[in-house]
Amino acid sequence: METIKLIGAIMILMGSFSLLIAVIGLLRMPDVYNRVQAGTKASTLGAIVSFIGVGLYTVESWGDGNWLGRVIILIIFILLTNPVSSHVLMRVAYFTKIPLTKLTKTDMLKKDGNTIIKEGENE
Amino acid sequence: MKTKNLIVSFTVLMIAWVLLNWTIDPVNLIIGASISIFLVVVFCSKCELFTDIKITPKAFIYTFIYLFVFIIELIKANIDITRRVLSPKLQINPGIVKVKTKLKSKMARLILADSITLTPGTFTLQVEEDVFYIHCIDTRCGDDVEKATEEIVRKFEKYLEVLYD
Repeated sequence: METIKLIGAIMILMGSFSLLIAVIGLLRMPDVYNRVQAGTKASTLGAIVSFIGVGLYTVESWGDGNWLGRVIILIIFILLTNPVSSHVLMRVAYFTKIPLTKLTKTDMLKKDGNTIIKEGENE
Repeated sequence: MKTKNLIVSFTVLMIAWVLLNWTIDPVNLIIGASISIFLVVVFCSKCELFTDIKITPKAFIYTFIYLFVFIIELIKANIDITRRVLSPKLQINPGIVKVKTKLKSKMARLILADSITLTPGTFTLQVEEDVFYIHCIDTRCGDDVEKATEEIVRKFEKYLEVLYD
């Protein structure tokens, strides 16, 4: 039991490290798009690993004190909602014409002509 | 087709209930089952959430293979992002690339788009029918649609093809 607890603690630590990387990425990236990337990405794995860590840490007490099942539900909800919310953030940023950074190599969406903006103009 | 949707929705709700309570006490299971049946009949009788999922042993095995592949990709890409963020000379070549998918089902496309978004370094920006516009933190392939598809979509798509019609 002590070993499982130790593994849980290490996993929580790894999750925290992943979230720290997310924050550093958020500060260092040059534009909105890359910031959203760095922020959401690391937070997914960070949150998942920390949650599994919490689940393993409380695994010895069966019944009400055990968090493993609830933690799995939480992970599923994060996997379902995180991409949707960050996708909306990025889409809004793009279609309100927040400029991409100068480092940007290619923009296929601009070359193809974005249909959403055209539809909006027609109305 | 409608019964399949109801059965899958019921199973999902039931699994959520058991995980939340973390017990297999019969009384608890009966309460969960009645609530699940009520919710499924009221809310899922008209929705088409799971109508195009396949329920075969092969699909069942592929679900787990898909989850495994996804987790491996997640960890690999996270290490990649960590390296980029921490390197002193911020090594990024961001850009928006275009990829095409062969998947027909709406649910499969949703799962594909979500998987791409969750994998660090790539991010679904816009979906138009079978064309995805993806923001990459490192665009190695540039404007080449075929190459980008091969690199970003194929690894998930080959498993989703088995799971959905």
